[in-house]
Amino acid sequence: MRPQLGISQRLIQLGVLILILGAWYIGTLPGHINPLLLPPPGPVFKDFWQLLTNSSIWPDLWVTVHEWIVAVLIAAVAGCCLGYVISRSAYAVRVFDPLLAGIYSIPAILLYPLYLLFFGLGSGSKIAIGTTIAFFPVVLNTIAGLANVDKAYIRAAQSMGANDFQLFWSVMLPAAFPVVLTGLRLGCIIAFLAILGGETISSLAGLGHRIVSLAENMESAQMFANIVFAVLMAFIINGLVSFAEARGRRGFQ
Amino acid sequence: MTAATITSIPQSRRGPIMSPGWARLLAIFFLLALWEIGARLYADPLFLCPPSQAVGALQHILADPKIRNAIEVTIFEVATAFAMAVSMGLAIGLAVGLHGFTKQSILPVILMLYATPQATILPLFVLIFGIGPAAKIAFGVSHGVFPVIVTTVAGVQNLRPQLLRAAHSMGANRWQVFTSIIFPHMIPSFFTGMRLGMTAVLLGVLLAELYVSTAGIGFYTRLFAESFSPPDLFALISVLAAIAVTLNELCRIAERHFRRWNEG
Repeated sequence: MRPQLGISQRLIQLGVLILILGAWYIGTLPGHINPLLLPPPGPVFKDFWQLLTNSSIWPDLWVTVHEWIVAVLIAAVAGCCLGYVISRSAYAVRVFDPLLAGIYSIPAILLYPLYLLFFGLGSGSKIAIGTTIAFFPVVLNTIAGLANVDKAYIRAAQSMGANDFQLFWSVMLPAAFPVVLTGLRLGCIIAFLAILGGETISSLAGLGHRIVSLAENMESAQMFANIVFAVLMAFIINGLVSFAEARGRRGFQ
Repeated sequence: MTAATITSIPQSRRGPIMSPGWARLLAIFFLLALWEIGARLYADPLFLCPPSQAVGALQHILADPKIRNAIEVTIFEVATAFAMAVSMGLAIGLAVGLHGFTKQSILPVILMLYATPQATILPLFVLIFGIGPAAKIAFGVSHGVFPVIVTTVAGVQNLRPQLLRAAHSMGANRWQVFTSIIFPHMIPSFFTGMRLGMTAVLLGVLLAELYVSTAGIGFYTRLFAESFSPPDLFALISVLAAIAVTLNELCRIAERHFRRWNEG
């Protein structure tokens, strides 16, 4: 059912991309689309190149990445700990798992005005919203991973005299690790998206802040260049996290 | 704590005190009580209020015609965006997923778009669609359409080619093939897609409303936060949370119902 991606498919993908770029170029020729709404590709790529070569974006990039790292660390530690505690008893899993899943279905971005109130316009509110959003996939996957370890493994380890720590380290953790890692990957990615969203809504610095202030100044070409940069960042983060997940998975097997 | 507590011991040996459902309610109640006590003793009333005050505020919020109107606006935006996201996602998903050629060429592009942080293009939506409901609907659609496309493609993927060939050889036309073979086959994943799409649409609409708006729940959430009236803010957030949970549960129930119907 899944044929190998041949050269022809690659060519088609390339063709689709060229088609999009071509449509963009033709659509923005003078007299078509208002350049305020969609600037032509030339200036956008020129601005993007400037963005990469001069260092004006580094402070904003650092703000966003710093918020992301802190949010992910807090969410990972809190989520794994709470997930572990809950997964210790099957009863607690049945009590808390649906509760957490229910809360997860509420769009957490709604809490953002509240966080702005609590933590201010700076990094604090972004870290808080990123943490809130990343916490749920981590805790839910930790519970799912640890609670669904094959009972036969646990019984075997116990009958061979494993203590609590050995049981956790050599049986539970390797068995649950892939699921927990998936939760961490999801958490990392949606935390980054939430932080960008938070910065867009209101902020003092960061990638989202740059894009919004450029949009408000009608600097369309520069705004697009910044959007391209942010999208590229998201892809890099996506790739890094997926790579780490694959490595971690292999490391434990 | 012995190691044995990790395993799930048969319930009869360790008889639970109450059913998980009641324990869950008790846990919620306990957390609310903790919040109530904490807020009454320590919190600054400008920033945090006890839940009892939020419940009190709920009454006058729901009585206020302006806020009722805002809730209606948001529900209208979410419903429109959801309907558009589902129909567009279904159409694109079928067009892309039914042919190997388009699946290999276009699906990667769609997955790439799905992975882009859409919050960054929010200002663009406002530039194009203005600050009215149109921008919120468009942004909601752009969030919701991708999960629908991806699950539709996944749903058509494991369609058995024999079924299609049999239908074709018996002279079924395109519409008949769709209604009697493709659609029943993809129903479980379709409803999963609807649920994911609903969550995404809600997120998109709220993001856009929080960013810039003149009406809707997002606008009032911002207004209450900026005017330091936490009881109103918490009441409004709980209204929206209730809407989100209800929509999510509806989709889940539909998902379970149609899955059983599909298997039966």
